[in-house]
Amino acid sequence: MRDVAVIGVGLTKFGELWDKSFRQLIAEAGSKAILDAKIEGKDIDALYVGSMSSGRFVDQEHIGALVAEVSGFSQLHIPATRVEGACASGGLAVREGYLSIASGINDIVVVGGIEKMNDVGGSEATEILATASDQEWEAFFGATFPGIYAMIATRHMHEYGTTKEQLAQVAVKNHANGAFNPYAHYQSPISLESVLKATTVAYPLGLLDCSPVSDGAASLVLCATEKATKYTDKPVKIIGSGQASDTLALHGRRDICTLDATVYAAKMAYKQANLTPKDIDFAEVHDCFTIAEICAIEDLGFVEKGKGGKAIDNKITTLDGSLPVNTSGGLKAKGHPVGATGVAQIVELTMQLRGEAGKRQVQDAKIGLAHNVGGSGATCVIHIMEAM
Amino acid sequence: MKEGVARFWREIPQRYNFMGNKCGSCERVFFPPRESCPYCRRKSIGNMKEMKLTGKGEVVTYTIIHVGPEDFEEQTPYPIAIIKLEEGPQITAQIVDCPLDEMKIGMKVESTFRKIQQDGHTGAIYYGYKFKKQREY
Repeated sequence: MRDVAVIGVGLTKFGELWDKSFRQLIAEAGSKAILDAKIEGKDIDALYVGSMSSGRFVDQEHIGALVAEVSGFSQLHIPATRVEGACASGGLAVREGYLSIASGINDIVVVGGIEKMNDVGGSEATEILATASDQEWEAFFGATFPGIYAMIATRHMHEYGTTKEQLAQVAVKNHANGAFNPYAHYQSPISLESVLKATTVAYPLGLLDCSPVSDGAASLVLCATEKATKYTDKPVKIIGSGQASDTLALHGRRDICTLDATVYAAKMAYKQANLTPKDIDFAEVHDCFTIAEICAIEDLGFVEKGKGGKAIDNKITTLDGSLPVNTSGGLKAKGHPVGATGVAQIVELTMQLRGEAGKRQVQDAKIGLAHNVGGSGATCVIHIMEAM
Repeated sequence: MKEGVARFWREIPQRYNFMGNKCGSCERVFFPPRESCPYCRRKSIGNMKEMKLTGKGEVVTYTIIHVGPEDFEEQTPYPIAIIKLEEGPQITAQIVDCPLDEMKIGMKVESTFRKIQQDGHTGAIYYGYKFKKQREY
């Protein structure tokens, strides 16, 4: 198996981008990544695009070929594939690109992730997001997507004494980080009080416990490591990649408070990288809701099960803590254009490991981990990256 | 969520009558019924037996939905819970006839047959199970 490195990254601003179309967003992110990598269209062996529900958000399926076309590659006839795994679509596209290079089939691959969510109304967006849950055995009975994560939160509070304040602190931290990210949907800090007083969406989760509905796209150029230095003097290596699945419905899982898909994907990635959770310097985790970040730091092995809330109290995961989590602002503040999220996490790791993260730069960042979840934990994909 | 009539009709045995199934190899019970047992896999194929469930169980966790999907908007705020049925399987369902401040983990509940959704004003009405507090006998 060959080593793979990231040689270029590109992001659009995340947010409610009324003046930008699906096509413009993906073309913008893709061309930024390609320019950053200093490659040309003819160098690209394949394209992988992650998108959860372009069909329902913008009425367009078949976006693999479309992305190649709007990127200006129609005359190059580059193989282009769309990858779907709900909110993990982006991370899965990264992994497919990674595997295709590791296998020796491709040398250079462009990966994109996109969701244009604000072309539909708010209630329709909520309904589309619910398709990531089990439609027949959860959504049919009136369970919303925030409601499903809220049930994880209720049980976590019951079993481990996690508090609403601890949940709220996750939002406060991630908004503080987002304030340093010029690409973030929200770039201003919020107070603990405002999170606690926000209108309830699904008890115990309030509006500010939830990630926003965002438009945005992200892109990467992946290259066989042996050829990477031809293009850049700062390649960042992918040293571990893991993926796992579980039941679509939360009620089908072994434990309500543990995302086993995270546990198994992490095991796979740590093993490949020959690392343990202690070796990770910083992480981007899937905080679609505040409770999700608490579960993530537990399931990734950063803290013991049930101690996630305490870790937030002890400020372990803040920008100047011992293990900064979601330096980009996370899904919570950076925004969550679902298909773009998993790719944007790798963009953040790359920027950090290149030392280009500006005011949110983690000092001496050598090894970072990205954790991307689909649905309430039916899919998980994890990547571990190292500066070369 | 709007379902086609056939799609709903196929699931009537489960949604109306709590029909699950049991693995003939490890005796685990499933609801909704599964084609094979995820623990015994190959050994369970052709060995899954239909089984009617009592519809009794207890609340494992819950939420109160304040912002609901369009079809449920009129009912907000309403509780949704994961219920562990007596026979083992866990399911997601709405809790009814229970003051919101009385919702708690561990509460014993039993199923009740109710209208779940309606497909527009003239469309099909979808029935199914909701849960209420078990009566003390």
